[in-house]
Amino acid sequence: MIHALSSGHLATAIPHLAATLGGPVLKAHPIDYVIMGVYFVFVIAIGVITGRGHQTSEDFFLSGRRIPAWITGLAFISANLGALEVMGMSQQGYEYGMMTANYYWIGAIPAMVFMGIAMMPFFYGSKVRSVPEFLKKRYNEGARFINAITFTLFTPAISGISMYALAVVMQDFLGWHFGPSVWVSAAVVLVYTFLGGLTASIYNEVLQFFLIVLGIAPLSIIALVANHGWSHFKKWISTHQLPFLTPDQVAAAASQPGKAVHQLAAGQWLHTFHNTLTQNNPMHITWPGIVLGLGFVLSFSYWCTNFLVVQRALAAKDMNDAQRTPLLAAFPKMIFPFIVILPGVLALPLLPHLFPGNTTVHGHLIPATESFNNVMPLMLARYYPAGLLGLGLTALMASFMSGMAGNVTAFNTVVTYDLYAVFIRPQAPDRHYLWVGRILTVVGVVISVAFAYVVRGQSGIMGYTQTIFGVVNAPLIAVFLLGMFASFTTPAGGLWGLLVGTGTSVTLWIFRSYPGLPLWHHYNNNTTGAFWGAVWAFCAGAGATIVVSLFTKKKTNEEMVGLVYQLTPKPEQDHQLPWWKKPVVLGVLALVLTLLINLWFW
Amino acid sequence: MMDLRLPIGIFFLLVGIILVGYGAVSTHDIPHITQKININLDWGAVLLVFGAGMTFFGWKAEAKARHDKRNSKS
Repeated sequence: MIHALSSGHLATAIPHLAATLGGPVLKAHPIDYVIMGVYFVFVIAIGVITGRGHQTSEDFFLSGRRIPAWITGLAFISANLGALEVMGMSQQGYEYGMMTANYYWIGAIPAMVFMGIAMMPFFYGSKVRSVPEFLKKRYNEGARFINAITFTLFTPAISGISMYALAVVMQDFLGWHFGPSVWVSAAVVLVYTFLGGLTASIYNEVLQFFLIVLGIAPLSIIALVANHGWSHFKKWISTHQLPFLTPDQVAAAASQPGKAVHQLAAGQWLHTFHNTLTQNNPMHITWPGIVLGLGFVLSFSYWCTNFLVVQRALAAKDMNDAQRTPLLAAFPKMIFPFIVILPGVLALPLLPHLFPGNTTVHGHLIPATESFNNVMPLMLARYYPAGLLGLGLTALMASFMSGMAGNVTAFNTVVTYDLYAVFIRPQAPDRHYLWVGRILTVVGVVISVAFAYVVRGQSGIMGYTQTIFGVVNAPLIAVFLLGMFASFTTPAGGLWGLLVGTGTSVTLWIFRSYPGLPLWHHYNNNTTGAFWGAVWAFCAGAGATIVVSLFTKKKTNEEMVGLVYQLTPKPEQDHQLPWWKKPVVLGVLALVLTLLINLWFW
Repeated sequence: MMDLRLPIGIFFLLVGIILVGYGAVSTHDIPHITQKININLDWGAVLLVFGAGMTFFGWKAEAKARHDKRNSKS
């Protein structure tokens, strides 16, 4: 079928959606507000209870390193489950189908297994309090400063974006005002993180994890019922073409007026690697880009070096629990595509007239509320009755809060330990840092709120901030891997690896953003460009680290004990441990299950 | 440190009770589908069972921790 995206098509499609929903605004019932109220009371109560007895800064920033693995494991994935993740994944499910699950099955689980088995012994064993502090111990103060300052600048901004996204949804769908939405939710997060520090954040993240699962999972079940079962849905999707053009196809159509754009068969929406030998797939990307760019560089950089998630593992009570933190997290992570992506895929026949949002096509503005950007709240509005709707909306709010609290607790730790205690007031009493951490919690929340307002006035900033953060983080893994597994790398090598890797990543991003600039190869969409940009940045960072290390002085072997694989005594195997506590067994099990799921949706 | 299963269990017990109660007295089927399913009642029951299980294990762990603490003092 050749799709003609005509203005007439749009004009009929948008009223159809409004008619389907019975109006654009969702009506919450008093019972829904009761459920939200119960949730608010519980998260604050957890903050109050966990905040009792904080004596040291380590109690506040690292939970006194006494949390069991099942809790840190669930917090490990929950801190990453921001509102943008929950809503964004369902949107991508609609837009790209099950290929989106590659962000989990290729782009998360292998990295989490590697983190638990290979990298955690160095993070936890070296007793560092933050990721930048590891860079200081392995390389030098300059490497710590670069990592800390980048993290400090972007973390509250990302949190503000998440807050903005949620407030807009609440505004569009519930009619809540932007200001109160932002301030009330920020105030709740502030109260419990201020009082309970990382422990309150972790405990609430676990509550929020269960809430997100139990609040959103019924949507997949109901959507399956509405589609008359999985086999009926598969039959439908294998005999239809997509009712819309993807943004990439719209861009291609705009750049070549008059040329027909071919629809993709909707059956491809059920596969993760279908047609990835060519770019004739929903994401328009080939398998090396997915495996190297997403599965290796981007994924390992995020899951193995981002302090937001690493901090949860550092709070574990011993080395075995720290190692099991990302490994235990890998199992629920495996099933998350069925909760957050599947509703988007199942929405294709149910809400067939959603379009790319906030875009102009042939002179017609397609507003975000009627686009697939909001497929998750649209599905909630369509299928959740009063009562269950309260649970679903609370789950969306929980996803925002877990993301924000995660960002704020990581922000206050890095600023206190890696900037304030190094450059402003070293050697202060521990109690002083405890109070600095509390003050920085307030500062982090206030900056997040301010950024939500900045984004509101200048929505283009949102995309830029997220992209730049991803771009800046991408090459980090090269420096970490060489630092942990190659004893010849030197402090100057690590510093230059960071600078060259980040510089390459940012430069490539600038060139990709302005197609007029000369670049040896222009990718045909942002996803492909981002995946390959990460690969080149990794190569540049690794190359610079190696080359500079060959000509500069390395640290002594004694200085690198506990930080580098070859120089660290291997811990004795505890043969008394049951199999489910052995990191290698858990890691292999996670990889085998992931492989089986990948084969299922191949 | 408080056993986390306890607050999580109590929270879902409460939400489960609210949904089951609301499902029992209201007639909200799932909109836009032909099958008659009282989702509030059904899903509320799921939450009740989950909440009860978490509360039970959390309470048991708390009791054990208190017992161990008393023993170590004596």
